[in-house]
Amino acid sequence: MGSFAGGGLPPDDVVVTALRAGDEAMFATLLDTWSGGMLRVARSYVSTDHSAEEVVQDTWLAVIGGIDGFEGRSSVKTWVYRILVNTAKKRGVRESRTLPWSAFEQDGVPVTEFGTGDGWKEAAAVWPSPEGEALASEVRRLIAEALGRLPPRQRIVITLRDVEGCTSDEVCEILEISAANQRVLLHRARTTVRGRLAGYFESVKQPE
Amino acid sequence: MKAVNVVKRFTCDELVELITAYLDDALDQPEREGVQVHLAACAGCGRHFEQFRATIDALGDPLPEKLPTDVRDRLMSAFRERHRP
Repeated sequence: MGSFAGGGLPPDDVVVTALRAGDEAMFATLLDTWSGGMLRVARSYVSTDHSAEEVVQDTWLAVIGGIDGFEGRSSVKTWVYRILVNTAKKRGVRESRTLPWSAFEQDGVPVTEFGTGDGWKEAAAVWPSPEGEALASEVRRLIAEALGRLPPRQRIVITLRDVEGCTSDEVCEILEISAANQRVLLHRARTTVRGRLAGYFESVKQPE
Repeated sequence: MKAVNVVKRFTCDELVELITAYLDDALDQPEREGVQVHLAACAGCGRHFEQFRATIDALGDPLPEKLPTDVRDRLMSAFRERHRP
């Protein structure tokens, strides 16, 4: 799972006190623990690696400037991710890669296995466990590609939930969406990614 | 005690749409038990469910990402600058 679980960071009050006191080691720890996940989330909004890096950089600058005013109404991580999402959204708008956040129902038709609604067309296969490095890296590549093709809001939700390991409550708070909407977006996204992996596993099991 | 059957029955189509809600523990009890009963009895849905879980596991194992060194250095300087006495 991603970094959201905290990965051994001290409690929030300790983190906040240290940051306010100018504790460089603490800042470096946060930077190194969270920036990778932040880059992945930023990439859901902007089109290039460079833009994603700038979004993450601007987010940290806002955190440095805003930590004194942090009121502790959410966790530090949720606060940082909210700044990240707002920064990324603005940047995405500038790049004209706007997200139609208002058009919730246009997020693609759910993928389904069923043609007529009367059961499985064929039995789903048992997948090999991705033990080998080659298989694992191919699965990662496929997933990255599948994520890149998802409708933007599905991509953000699945990235926060399944890649970064946020809870449902955290995602709702970061994106300001309802639990029900969050679940619909997540389920559609997971269904699509599962379908991509299923297609891959089916193709590799074919005899030569 | 009265034996009331409070297990909901789902078709395969309905079941696959409930997996995320089931995994998030967002179903009520009759629904949750209905999902469990269906999964135990239906091999196709059982495998689909396992694939769904395997997908979630795979998503949680991405390639590590890092900020480029120059960006990290710039941020460390900005932090230091802010707290210069």
